[in-house]
Amino acid sequence: MEKVGDYDELVNLKATELRLGLPGTEETVSCGKSNKRALPDDDTEKEIESTGKTETASPPKAQIVGWPPVRSYRRNSIQTKKNESEGQGNYVKVSMDGAPYLRKIDLTVYKKYPELMKSLENMFKFSVGEYFEREGYKGSDFVPTYEDKDGDWMLVGDVPWEMFVSSCKRLRIMKGSEVKGLGCGV
Amino acid sequence: MNYFPDEVVEHVFDFVTSHKDRNAISLVCKSWYKIERYSRQKVFIGNCYATNPERLLRRFPCLKSLTLKGKPHFADFNLVPHEWGGFVLPWIEALARSRVGLEELRLKRMVVTDESLELLSRSFVNFKSLVLVSCEGFTTDGLASIAANCRHLRDLDLQENEIDDHRGQWLSCFPDTCTTLVTLNFACLEGETNLVALERLVARSPNLKSLKLNRAVPLDALARLMSCAPQMVDLGVGSYENDPDSESYLKLQAAIKKCTLLRSLSGFLEAAPHCLSAFHPICHNLTSLNLSYAAEIHGSHLIKLIQHCKKLQRLWILDSIGDKGLEVVASTCKELQELRVFPSDLLGGGNTAVTEEGLVAISAGCPKLHSILYFCQQMTNAALVTVAKNCPNFIRFRLCILEPNKPDHVTSQPLDEGFGAIVKACKSLRRLSLSGLLTDQVFLYIGMYANQLEMLSIAFAGDTDKGMLYVLNGCKKMKKLEIRDSPFGDTALLADVSKYETMRSLWMSSCEVTLSGCKGLAEKAPWLNVEIINETDNNRMEENGHEGRQKVDKLYLYRTVVGTRMDAPPFVWIL
Repeated sequence: MEKVGDYDELVNLKATELRLGLPGTEETVSCGKSNKRALPDDDTEKEIESTGKTETASPPKAQIVGWPPVRSYRRNSIQTKKNESEGQGNYVKVSMDGAPYLRKIDLTVYKKYPELMKSLENMFKFSVGEYFEREGYKGSDFVPTYEDKDGDWMLVGDVPWEMFVSSCKRLRIMKGSEVKGLGCGV
Repeated sequence: MNYFPDEVVEHVFDFVTSHKDRNAISLVCKSWYKIERYSRQKVFIGNCYATNPERLLRRFPCLKSLTLKGKPHFADFNLVPHEWGGFVLPWIEALARSRVGLEELRLKRMVVTDESLELLSRSFVNFKSLVLVSCEGFTTDGLASIAANCRHLRDLDLQENEIDDHRGQWLSCFPDTCTTLVTLNFACLEGETNLVALERLVARSPNLKSLKLNRAVPLDALARLMSCAPQMVDLGVGSYENDPDSESYLKLQAAIKKCTLLRSLSGFLEAAPHCLSAFHPICHNLTSLNLSYAAEIHGSHLIKLIQHCKKLQRLWILDSIGDKGLEVVASTCKELQELRVFPSDLLGGGNTAVTEEGLVAISAGCPKLHSILYFCQQMTNAALVTVAKNCPNFIRFRLCILEPNKPDHVTSQPLDEGFGAIVKACKSLRRLSLSGLLTDQVFLYIGMYANQLEMLSIAFAGDTDKGMLYVLNGCKKMKKLEIRDSPFGDTALLADVSKYETMRSLWMSSCEVTLSGCKGLAEKAPWLNVEIINETDNNRMEENGHEGRQKVDKLYLYRTVVGTRMDAPPFVWIL
């Protein structure tokens, strides 16, 4: 069954469309077969209702759950690479020693270290102490570290911000006894 | 055979290795059933909930190798919630208690915990081989137990698992006395790797044939590893970024030349394309090449590499190779048996994807092709008809047109005729995945012609219940049927309940089946587990006034000899 609402909307749009064609000439829109389900929203878990004729001309590139059928492992791998190359946010995992689960943050949202620190402090409810170039972080049991492209664990704050964002693969907020090994003056 | 003593019959059975054949043997007579069960060493359980560990051990007390599969296939695509089930711990606990001499464990889509791995490592003295595919729930601590405790470990093969990486010290848990490794695959680990421990392990493993590294193993380490393992047959390269003029690169080139036994190459998880040429000298020996994770390598470099691979039997690649690249494959790889072309852009679009032309070229150029998985932008009936004519030997044909419901892009017709041609020509077809615009007609063809079909995946297809009925009535060998977003409902579901006894499982999500339909089915078939997976709220389903007529979001049913499982989470309702 056609959804009347949608059709009316379509007609109105066409009436107000600016075209170079002569008045009276119409573009025909080809319709697909009936009884096809609409592409569900990624956000809603609502029951899908079948619409009537769906347009096959330029359907929206909606994200359907589980489509295309690519294994999550492979999907994550593609997504990470895409995000990195298109600059569409650089999401990295953040773990904190003792926390039951990890979080993810988008590094491109921040412009410098203090912003990042504040966000982490809010997220995990801790405070990070003060950063000193030689001694690292003083005044707290918690130390922010990150894993760089070579797989090494580095102290957050040593390198310029841009270099940090491009080389940071994941963050870990270390705590307690492990921290001593970093030579921080705690 | 009645005149032979049991030992002779048993000896004859030793030559029968396929589990299907052994299952058939055990049905011949009581005596053969008895002999077979005591001599069976390898058992395959396609659905871990179809039976239980106690029954397994009662029947096969001499078990040495067990393969278990857990979650339904659509779990790969996030359609099954994580906590649904498929826990391996009860199996390992039961096997450990029974003191069976387990040597091999292969798991797919199961939940594995560190506790399970630890128990596994401590319970079986002769444990040799662990293969985990698409599993989750464990960390590198679990791997450390395996490394430390399995004295005769031969294979540790981790394929595409989600493993929480606790900083890579597990490799140093292999004792110095461990020299038996044949397979070591940790490509899916995300974290850093102890390179020193890895190099020492490889150096003391003279039987190591298959080594697949993760992202954290850089080029210079690769060069050293290959130098001390020239007997390598199967290599997964980790990170592959380096300056081609550097010393490491020269060392790598020299090491590669010595690996004359290398037949299979994969990985390139982070790769700089210009370094690929280091592998050209051994390409003519390669039978298997997996570049499907190497997103940075573009068409021309792929083509340059592939042009050297004349003996290739298996190729997994990204669609960035393009139709032109596939034409090169078609003209070079005359031995090709299996091809998988994965999408590099999940939303489709982009001009580097492949079309029906690439598929036709491959079918024309590769006469031995029997398995294909092809993600593409568009398809035509004409192309599929041509492919069917060129390749009547397909065993697996999986086509995924990225845009759902997309018709033949030339004629705007549904793709019924194209797929119809495939099932008509390919008489040995065992697995089929459909996509594009499809009506009930395609299912009529499938029911009529796909006599050997065991697994069918349907998405956004069909018009009425007739479609599903054609398949259920026609495909006598159907084992696994999975359907999503298609208008099949209770009539089709309930038409022939006894059919499900001959199948392993049925999955239906976002279809038209209702709660009362499912309840009706559960009543008629007590030997089925009929599971309703409803992540929102199961209680709401009952309370709502509509009751029976409410549509079921996800239905998963499977035959079982052990009744309702006890480990289902609250959002799974077993009728």
